[in-house]
Amino acid sequence: MTDPLLDALRPVPAPATLLPTVLRRVGLAPDRYLVRPSPVGDVVVVHDRGAVSACLVVADRAIEDVVVEFARRFGRTCLPDEDPDQALVARVDRVLAGEPCDALHFDLSGVSAFQRAVLAKTAEIPLGEVRPYGWIAAEIGRPGAVRAVGTALGRNPVPLLIPCHRVVRTDGRIGDYAFGTPAKRAVLRVEGVDPDELERLAARGVRYVGDEAAGTFCHPTCATARAGGDDRRLPLRSAAAALERGLRPCPRCRPAAGAAA
Amino acid sequence: MDLERDFPDLVRSHQDLVYSIALRLTGHPADAEDAAQETFVRAYRSLRGFDRARRASLQARPWLAAIVLNTCRNRARAAGRRPSHAPLAMADGAATEAPSPADAAAEQETAMELAAALRRLPEVQRRSIVLHHGGGLTYPEVAAALGRAEGTVKADVHRGLATLRSLLDPRELLA
Repeated sequence: MTDPLLDALRPVPAPATLLPTVLRRVGLAPDRYLVRPSPVGDVVVVHDRGAVSACLVVADRAIEDVVVEFARRFGRTCLPDEDPDQALVARVDRVLAGEPCDALHFDLSGVSAFQRAVLAKTAEIPLGEVRPYGWIAAEIGRPGAVRAVGTALGRNPVPLLIPCHRVVRTDGRIGDYAFGTPAKRAVLRVEGVDPDELERLAARGVRYVGDEAAGTFCHPTCATARAGGDDRRLPLRSAAAALERGLRPCPRCRPAAGAAA
Repeated sequence: MDLERDFPDLVRSHQDLVYSIALRLTGHPADAEDAAQETFVRAYRSLRGFDRARRASLQARPWLAAIVLNTCRNRARAAGRRPSHAPLAMADGAATEAPSPADAAAEQETAMELAAALRRLPEVQRRSIVLHHGGGLTYPEVAAALGRAEGTVKADVHRGLATLRSLLDPRELLA
């Protein structure tokens, strides 16, 4: 039987506001956020002196609620960037508009080594193109880890900045997205990829396109393939079919990476 | 310790301890939070002046406990004695007030009564009880924080608890 006096004296948890307030007062809350427009509406981009650690969609919420989500997911608080570095803002805007994300520094320290490899590879996918999950897995040397790649992309702390929306299912279907599949399709469209066309190709079993004149085969969205013109594009159901015709993998988009020849 | 990197962890690890001590002394969550903030800000400023050896040998729990005791005493002196808002339930069994429906309100009343009763104790007994039972410090840690011998601290806690029991109706505490 508990002693009511000792029970009344017992230690209690400190309020959640104590830590952030203390850090703010001593000047140790370095994370700041910017609110920027994007193809999915306004987003909150969190950075620590220019190193970006998070991108969260505002949707219909108050900014305070987005800050709460950040605190819950990342375990620390962030404050509005009241005197933003305009060069940083410009770089963020350009990457949100589709420019290569190597314009930005990322702080992905909360993320596993595998996840970092997945995100680094994803960052290489050019604007206007997509790659399958299996391609990412093969390229990072883990061809069997296709589902893990999907999970890692689902946990991307900086969606839109590192373009996980450009990774689609191996069967050609668009696949999942942290902001929802309709948002993924919308962003792809903005970038010049037609998700309906991708799904039509997938429905016909077309995985690659070949260019016999060039002697290569590509992912359907590879810029090289698209530049070749429709009449030169040979639909292919598999890498084996391509190799049978004597086609080499395109050195730019590296289709069927890891699938021999 | 790299202060910028380690200070947030220091706060995280000790915030319950510091807040609880402040709550038992002030009786009010808002005052306790202010006092706890004050404590950590003072701690940060002191730590900035410590050399590496001093930081490495620091016993954080007694050190922070001493700061929060000091902070609460300064605040009490500055504010003047705060009248207790709830009547003490005296041992003569006066009719107890109906407990408030919200747990928070009931806990709040308990905290205020407890703080009022604690204020009637000699300071050394009050501090020993609040650090040991309120903050969870061990007897050696309490002794270090207060600069008193361990045996004295234990005696202070036992005498203080006995007095508190005579001042507080256990039915009030359970409400």
